Amino acid sequence: MRRKMLTAPLAAVAALAMLAACSTDDSLDDPATSESAEDPAGEEPAEGGEDEGEEPAEDGSSDDWFDQAVYDTQYEQRTATFEGDPNAPHLQYIDGPMTDTSEFASEGAKKVCFSNASISNPWRQTGWITMNEQLKVLQESGVISEMETRDAQDDDNTQIADIDYFINEGNCDAFVISPSSTAALTPAVERACDTGLPVVVFDRGVETDCATTFIHPIGGFAWGIDTAEFLVDNLEEGDKVVALRILPGVDVLEHRWAAAEKIFSENGIEAVDYFTGADPTEIKKIISDELAKGDVQGVWMDAGDGAVAAIEAFEDAGVDYPVMTGEDEMSFLRKWEETGLTGLAPVYSNFQWRTPLLAVEKIFAGEEIPTEWVLPQTPITEAERADFLAANEGMPDGHYAKFGGEDLPGYPQVWQERVIP
Amino acid sequence: MSTGTTTVDRAPGLLAERQGSPLQRLARTLGTPGGAVFILCGVLLAAVVAANPNFGEPGSLIRFIGRTAPIAIAAMGQYFVIVSGEFDLSMGSVVTMQVVISGNLIGQDESRILPVMLLMVALGILVGLVNGLATTLLRVPSFIVTLGTMLALSGLVLYLTGGAATGNPVDSFRQIGRGGIRDVPVVDIIPYPAIILVALAVGAVLLMRRPYGRTLIAAGDNPEATHLAGAPVWWVKTRAFILSSLAATVAGIILVGYAGVHPSVGRGYEFTAITAVVLGGVVLGGGRGWVLSAAAGAFALELLFTLLNFLGVASTWRDTVQGVIIILAVAAAGKAWRAGLRPRRRDPATTAQSPGSPAGATTPHTPGSPAGETTGPTPPVQGTTTGEN
Repeated sequence: MRRKMLTAPLAAVAALAMLAACSTDDSLDDPATSESAEDPAGEEPAEGGEDEGEEPAEDGSSDDWFDQAVYDTQYEQRTATFEGDPNAPHLQYIDGPMTDTSEFASEGAKKVCFSNASISNPWRQTGWITMNEQLKVLQESGVISEMETRDAQDDDNTQIADIDYFINEGNCDAFVISPSSTAALTPAVERACDTGLPVVVFDRGVETDCATTFIHPIGGFAWGIDTAEFLVDNLEEGDKVVALRILPGVDVLEHRWAAAEKIFSENGIEAVDYFTGADPTEIKKIISDELAKGDVQGVWMDAGDGAVAAIEAFEDAGVDYPVMTGEDEMSFLRKWEETGLTGLAPVYSNFQWRTPLLAVEKIFAGEEIPTEWVLPQTPITEAERADFLAANEGMPDGHYAKFGGEDLPGYPQVWQERVIP
Repeated sequence: MSTGTTTVDRAPGLLAERQGSPLQRLARTLGTPGGAVFILCGVLLAAVVAANPNFGEPGSLIRFIGRTAPIAIAAMGQYFVIVSGEFDLSMGSVVTMQVVISGNLIGQDESRILPVMLLMVALGILVGLVNGLATTLLRVPSFIVTLGTMLALSGLVLYLTGGAATGNPVDSFRQIGRGGIRDVPVVDIIPYPAIILVALAVGAVLLMRRPYGRTLIAAGDNPEATHLAGAPVWWVKTRAFILSSLAATVAGIILVGYAGVHPSVGRGYEFTAITAVVLGGVVLGGGRGWVLSAAAGAFALELLFTLLNFLGVASTWRDTVQGVIIILAVAAAGKAWRAGLRPRRRDPATTAQSPGSPAGATTPHTPGSPAGETTGPTPPVQGTTTGEN
């Protein structure tokens, strides 16, 4: 009898095996966004001269995510002049079309409804803490009465339901939305716009310009350009770079790789990319295998989570450190200093988490705000590293150096204790 | 079907695995799914070395063993549960929980290493106890019980970490998973995980040869009969769950050292472990299989992943290729079992062997006949002896 039953369990195991094989991927990826999600950044008017010596020879990568126009725009924006006080980078913006918000001008404390994609990575957690500190300030000044937050835990469907809940029952005065993915959330954001209330979108974009303002750092291409050019400058033609990517299908991450891959291929750098799910075990295995294959001169990451594991893999193998780009996460900055490797910490400006609530303040004050609010995004170089390490002393490893909350009342204890609100 | 090339006469009362010369016995063992996985390992290793000769250097190999140790240990833990006829899906969550706990509680304070490790062991036992008692006394299917534990523990981890990495524990604790005995001739370094793996493997083999191990397999093969024979099946199975959770705890301690603290460490471990166990020829549903084959299954899996890596399969395709290959390997193993069982049913007295074709054992055809044999020509004893011990 047992013999006949063997087939069924084996089929079950086959299914389990599939799951095992796929389990390195996060549930986060959403193939729906892969239709070359036009980042609205593309509409940003690129002022000034043309590309400087970075003449795109051909679209070598044939990558769906690559968009030459957006690439060129972000290439320019990296050196653009930002309006506003450099000491408050979260309020700086590139000059461009403004939204007239005089229709929203009104007195009294407002209720903000925040639909958040997730707080499932240290970058979002740091920003979330900063946002809550900013909220306290605005509550004390009587601008915001309360902020109701719904966390979609990286699920598009949950977030769509969250937004619809806010529209129907939230009793909201303004919406703040941090979309989990580009295409899937577009209709829900449009429904929020249809209510006539102010809508602030930040971080990842959506395919509509109906929002009152869309807040984001320059973008993924700029990240890719900064990092890949750094590696190209510090490596020789024919050198090998291992690219460690978190997961596929998220526009801000795909843009980083699309730009970097293009630059690598144009400069004769051999780049091989892997998806790691930010799992340090995977990262170590990948680097170990690559080191067993041959020398690795560079490591490129589309996010710094797991950078330390990558560096440790070189230590464990007893070989020279690579030239490496991580992120402005404290763990990487510290390991970078400790090891003295040649590196760069690209920044996906974490201080953008302050901006949405301040935008809400401006909207209800009737001040005009940028339709597309492009925040500065400047990497931390080796020369600046010591300053950022000193400024963030005592912060946990998952903290981001450019979190931009130094002038908020809870600084520094709130970020040091890192209690997720 | 294939009744092999030679037929060996043997006394009817003697157990199959006690017959023949050592060489014949080895050949027979390699013909079973539990033995074939070792050949699979060898073939994959040869393929990996062919793809990348550097991998064949002793230093690389020992490091590979070190990094595969946690998954092999987890597979051995899972083996205890599977051979007793149950599942443990909570394994990955236990690994993650232990990783996060060690990061949060040990921090940079060396004096906390021992107490926290004791706490982790205690937690491991507790999880296993809950899984085991709910399965045996409350009679909830273990698939459901451990699925529940998995969710509960991953929720706990999410609560503790918010889903993101916290700081790594102190380096001296991480040495368990990262360090090793250095300056060893030939291999340069013997990683501690490799030593732990060998120690646990020896312990597991000894345990399976003791009455507990025999009873465990009997409980997996036929719980009723085992119960009637007077064995406390509930306690035997509960201890298997505890062993599984403890294996996950050890894997977690090694992984903290190897990789560091991250909520994604341990994700999918239960499926990898179950796949490894099945690849090792252990029968789902219980009652048959060898503990070392489970560990070998883990090595085969890791070698497969490494091979795909060396062959330069594009990152977007890698998961698909892995999945397909695993299905094929498991299907081949299943075919081998069925092919092996049929001749015995028809003609239990006929014994056969095909010593000349051990390399073909991974294909469904040749290993057939010996596979049936090792479970013994005398059906009444099969439950308690399981052949491959």
